Amino acid sequence: MSITRIYGLFLRHFYLITRSFPRILDLVYWPSIQITLWGFISNFFATHTTYYNNAVGVILTCAILYDFLFRTSIGFNMLFLEEIWSRNFTNLFIAPMRIGEILTSLVITALIRSLIGLVPAILLTSPLFGISILDLGIFLFFLFLSLYIFGITLGILVSSGLLRFGPSFENIAWSTMFLLAPFGCIYYPIETLPEIFQKIAYVLPLVYIFEEARNILINQTVNIENVYYAFMWNAFYFSISIGLFYYSFNAAKNKGTLINMGE
Amino acid sequence: MKNLIEVKNIKKNYGKKQAVKGISFNVEENEILGLLGPNGSGKTTTIGMLLGLLKPTSGQIFINNLKLEENRIQILEMINFISPYIELPKKLTVMQNLYVYSKLYKIQNIKERIEYLAEKLRIGELLNSITGELSSGQKNRVSLAKALINEPKVLLLDEPTASLDPEVGDFVRTFLEEYKKEKKISILLASHNMSEVTRLCKSVLMMKSGEIIDQGKPEDLIRKHGRANLEEVFLKLSRSKIEYN
Repeated sequence: MSITRIYGLFLRHFYLITRSFPRILDLVYWPSIQITLWGFISNFFATHTTYYNNAVGVILTCAILYDFLFRTSIGFNMLFLEEIWSRNFTNLFIAPMRIGEILTSLVITALIRSLIGLVPAILLTSPLFGISILDLGIFLFFLFLSLYIFGITLGILVSSGLLRFGPSFENIAWSTMFLLAPFGCIYYPIETLPEIFQKIAYVLPLVYIFEEARNILINQTVNIENVYYAFMWNAFYFSISIGLFYYSFNAAKNKGTLINMGE
Repeated sequence: MKNLIEVKNIKKNYGKKQAVKGISFNVEENEILGLLGPNGSGKTTTIGMLLGLLKPTSGQIFINNLKLEENRIQILEMINFISPYIELPKKLTVMQNLYVYSKLYKIQNIKERIEYLAEKLRIGELLNSITGELSSGQKNRVSLAKALINEPKVLLLDEPTASLDPEVGDFVRTFLEEYKKEKKISILLASHNMSEVTRLCKSVLMMKSGEIIDQGKPEDLIRKHGRANLEEVFLKLSRSKIEYN
């Protein structure tokens, strides 16, 4: 055993971490996010033990909805990262493709990837737990559509970061969904959050989607306002993400990121 | 003869660093122009700007009389690029890769085009192979097939024969010579292989520190600098201060 060689390899990774802000950020916020998310979940169940009459059904439905969002967002990022990992990135960007064509193609592919994962999950819940997500009725379509748009929006935002900052932004790609999870109120109502966090949650479409899913399943009523607000915030963030992608593309052309997609 | 590439006083700055300091040159139809220079001289930056991957700080680029800044898509349809530093997706078969790029370049007769390139580049037997499992020489020929899939009028080559054995290297050079003659395309060749440049290029540009420090036909440069071959000229210029304009 050579301490020098061990130290040498340690240095290789240490230098990489210290030269990349996204990597440092990644180390810090994973534990913070996990603790925050599970803290709120524990807090809610400790104080509202009778909230869910059909706890398994509601939690499982929310888990499936969240997973669809997660798969859509990560799926979009994966498509972008695949081009970087395979060193095909330059080939793609010297092909006569408009940015709109690249985005549209990735959006469609991400949807197909997500559906491939979603359908078996929906089919499994019924025989295993006697629960059907289809209980959400016609509004299920609107909730999925809303989640899909938000997932794609996050994917485009992260891809903008990859374009602008290069592969070191990759870690952020994996963790955006976890960053938003505590504010999304996936497994608990928004009232569980401290007031300051509620203000953040109200400007995210997620809270409206999950509140509405719980509302339909628990109260057997539909609050169309939740669906409306979810779409409104989605339209807002989607527009921003598209604008940011174009901005990042131009910034990458100035900075040279498009021809230097390395470590 | 018509100029297919016209570069007019392009500069590229990264913050305070000047990577390219106002260079101008033309490449005629049916011409191979060599782009030479030590590492960090601005060759890759220049190629990046010609491909539209980098925005020049100032200056203009015209491809086939179209201004790059305003006609990016039209120009990318008639241009292509090969470099050992970029690859095709490894998990796809050669045929799948060529088919995907045929679609991206909106090729009409895909089957005929792939068959033509497969025969010319001797990759017919590789079409159903996984791209990542090919040897360097095979990958190089497949990348060349991808670079020619759109019948480019302008081909940019960055070290096209780097890491190839002499036989495959010679095959690629011979192919490029014949293809250029047949299709009358313009080629900009960035290379550190001086015998390759001497063989293929009608004229060369010598770059150093973002500037063109000398240019001309290989034989004229050899004579002018009183050296035995282009490699010695390269060494003389790259080790000297900038004074050869």
